[in-house]
Amino acid sequence: MKRAIPALLLLGLSTAAPSVENNPAVHATGSIDSLVRASCRAAGIQPAGPCPDEVFIRRVHLDAIGTLPEAEEAQAFLEDKNPEKRSLLVDRLLERKEFADYWALKWCDLLRVKSEFPINLWPNAVQTYHRWVRDSLAENKPYDRFVREILTASGSNFRAPPVNFFRAVRDREPATIAQAVALTFMGARTERWSPERLAGMAAFFQDIKYKKSNEWKEEIVYVDLLGGTARDAVLPDGTRVALKPGTDARTVFADWLTRPDNPWLAGNIVNRIWYWLVGVGIVQEADDFRPDNPPANPELLALLERELITHRYDLKHMYRLILNSATYQRSAIPTTERPEAERYFAHYPLRRLDAEVLIDAINQITGTTESYVSLIPEPWTYIPKETRSIELADASITSSFLELFGRPARDSGLESERNNSPNAAQRLHLLNSSHIQRKLADSDKLRALARSQNPVDELYLTILSRYPTDEERNIVSGHKPGNRSLTAELAWALINTAEFQYRH
Amino acid sequence: MMKNHNDCRDGCFGYPMTRRNFPGRALAGAAGLWLADSLAIRSWAATPAAKTTGQAKSVIQIWMWGGPAHLDTFDPKPEAGNDYCGPYKKPIETNVKGIRICEQLPELAKQADKCAIIRSMTHGSNAHEIATYMVQSGRPAGERLVYPCVGAVVSFFKGYQAGYRGQLPPYVVLTEPQGRASEGGFLGARYKPFATGGDPAKTPFEVEGIVAPGITDAQQRQRREWLDQLNTLRRAAADTPAMQALARSEDEAYDMILGGGAKMFDLSTEKDELRERYGKNTFGQSCLVARRLVEQGVPYITINYPGWDTHKNHFQTMRTKLPELDKGMATLLQDLADRGLLESTVVWWSGEFGRTPKIQWEAPYNGGRGHWGNAFSALLAGGGFKGGRVVGSSDARGETVKERPTSPSDLIASIYNRLGIDSDARLPQPDGTTVPIMTATTTGGLLKEIL
Repeated sequence: MKRAIPALLLLGLSTAAPSVENNPAVHATGSIDSLVRASCRAAGIQPAGPCPDEVFIRRVHLDAIGTLPEAEEAQAFLEDKNPEKRSLLVDRLLERKEFADYWALKWCDLLRVKSEFPINLWPNAVQTYHRWVRDSLAENKPYDRFVREILTASGSNFRAPPVNFFRAVRDREPATIAQAVALTFMGARTERWSPERLAGMAAFFQDIKYKKSNEWKEEIVYVDLLGGTARDAVLPDGTRVALKPGTDARTVFADWLTRPDNPWLAGNIVNRIWYWLVGVGIVQEADDFRPDNPPANPELLALLERELITHRYDLKHMYRLILNSATYQRSAIPTTERPEAERYFAHYPLRRLDAEVLIDAINQITGTTESYVSLIPEPWTYIPKETRSIELADASITSSFLELFGRPARDSGLESERNNSPNAAQRLHLLNSSHIQRKLADSDKLRALARSQNPVDELYLTILSRYPTDEERNIVSGHKPGNRSLTAELAWALINTAEFQYRH
Repeated sequence: MMKNHNDCRDGCFGYPMTRRNFPGRALAGAAGLWLADSLAIRSWAATPAAKTTGQAKSVIQIWMWGGPAHLDTFDPKPEAGNDYCGPYKKPIETNVKGIRICEQLPELAKQADKCAIIRSMTHGSNAHEIATYMVQSGRPAGERLVYPCVGAVVSFFKGYQAGYRGQLPPYVVLTEPQGRASEGGFLGARYKPFATGGDPAKTPFEVEGIVAPGITDAQQRQRREWLDQLNTLRRAAADTPAMQALARSEDEAYDMILGGGAKMFDLSTEKDELRERYGKNTFGQSCLVARRLVEQGVPYITINYPGWDTHKNHFQTMRTKLPELDKGMATLLQDLADRGLLESTVVWWSGEFGRTPKIQWEAPYNGGRGHWGNAFSALLAGGGFKGGRVVGSSDARGETVKERPTSPSDLIASIYNRLGIDSDARLPQPDGTTVPIMTATTTGGLLKEIL
């Protein structure tokens, strides 16, 4: 029982969690925490304590790379004595391949990347667009450049991937494109704007044209410079711009949007990243910026904007800042029953895993795979069975599991389209479906764990990224599984715990 | 910082653990959560209640996934010649004088007095997804909003909110979901159907999640206790909204596993003779399950019946598919009628479109039919629709609509009419506003001929 962790020792571990709050080396991170603490204090809310290492390693893997840590990774991290091990882990995760895979999945939700109705990008354009997004994230392309490349893209939907932004809309009216630009890059919902304000912005996208080529489903997106007329366009801040014929009006808009003093671009992206990692936006919902929906902590939002701009729109810098903060690293157990505590970031909110992350985690634990097919012909999309669900490019890939667990249809580009709320059908599926039962029963990996020296420890590390507590050991050793194998029953129970299904 | 530091007597990896009871489950039955949902919806401003005076209580939708050939089912054109009707040159008389259907459907011919055949369906789209969306939602493609399909709308108006208290969800799909086409649209995930999975032609019918072979009820209960004991985080955070929602959904799930849910899908209690008449195949037995669900009051059941997208070797496929369709659907109509359920149950047969009237004899099709949205057929029976009727017609070759163009929206509005869902009822959107369920059409309008 050398690894048996008595509860009090665990508690000791958790209080000894490295205190980033007092580390002057990470000044901006410290500022985040001071601002959050100050607003909690003003509201009379006691923030939760730091989460222990067992929780951190799991949480940061799921949040940063959408991937469960392997048992060996969890074990090594727990045994690591380096006081800087959390920030070192963050650095490693941000360079993992899965970082780009997972965030490409998120971005493709927002960019509405799907083959079929109502977006109709068609498979080969989906693949090239997804790859461009993923590569941009992998190389940590500065965010202002990422946005500019999209907004000013011209060319073939197969060869100039970001032009697909202008195709991934329900219709190609300038106002619809303006609406997508405002939602995606400004977090603004033009439904709430006056029609004149939307029309003023739409004028920047009025010259976009589309033409077919001889290649099946190829489409060229271009700007008709000669056909363009002299006209006025109005920026969302109310500034009137006289557009001359012969200019690509989109570049005028992109110049304005990516200016360092633009109030929308930086604010929207840092708020999204905060929402993605911390679980609640500073502006909530994260894509609903408007005067009557003010940020919960304006100083915090301003700090993050400044950080992004002074670090030249380096997104990984923002991930690093937030993931290293004490605010991010708080326990998920509230210290108060006041529901508004989440808006003060006083604890880490419990969130069910994303559909894709959940099935990938189950596959990782059991060493099994999913088989995805595309019903969309020409070209048939072949998806190798090793492909992880977070790597799927196309929301039109049929999967009843992903549907059931709330994968967004990618129709609207709204953050809220992804639905991570639990329901009975989801519980039926994990508790009792042949899909999951078969994975558990057929798993060579679980069978090997069952034969190992410490099967209970191995299962806990594999599924929950921690060792069992003494009480759990007692429960397990007292369990009579009847004609079923104890390890199979334990694996079933652990993947059905809240601890497995939720980010915590 | 570590508040509750000393409370963690039991060991919970650093989480303070409070000794609370497991979330109460006595009161939160399946209906509990759904009720809570419907209350939430009521609070979405101004959703006018639909009138519920129609006599139909349930819909069985036979979804001919892929698009069935109208010429080879309910709109035969023997005079159009071999290039149009292929081997099916001798349509048969039905039990209604003057109505002829494909010779491969002799059992359905005996049920024609119960059926209204609409031969003038049209929407003009030859793309599966767009056509499916239009036929299943009654909306044009390309709108900003993605509308819910008929099943979701019916479960909104006839489900828990309207007093449905069944143990099964109000919208069930046999057996595989279709992704987009069976979606709740802007109504959201809670109006998506429950897809059974499994195969009702096998014994037992392993309804995904409800029927787990080899695990007895007693074992299910033991497993649940075992899970509760190990559910450390759920206990530690029992008071959070997230864990309360999880507990509720789990209570509901176990109500279905351990309550009557499994029995409703158990076909072993049906007479073998009847099971044979339905046809011992997935479609036939799905029809039988659908009847059982109607008896339980489930408002909307979709039978997803794939295999009709016959670009190649069309007639070889029809030789096996049509008799299967014939037996299953005809027995369903007769069985519903025998049990006095047909008057309160709409049976709706349709695919997303028909198939090209002119046969593609050349390779690689070798006698195939492509997609055809200009003119196709649908069938309605029961629920107060008049049987023994034909509505509208297509031209001599089945290529265009000749009389009374009928859009999917016209047909769906007619189904709503039979269900007592008012055509000016409104649906709530997530932002609190509402939209009408139907829009005006330029086609023939409500199917007054058969109402």
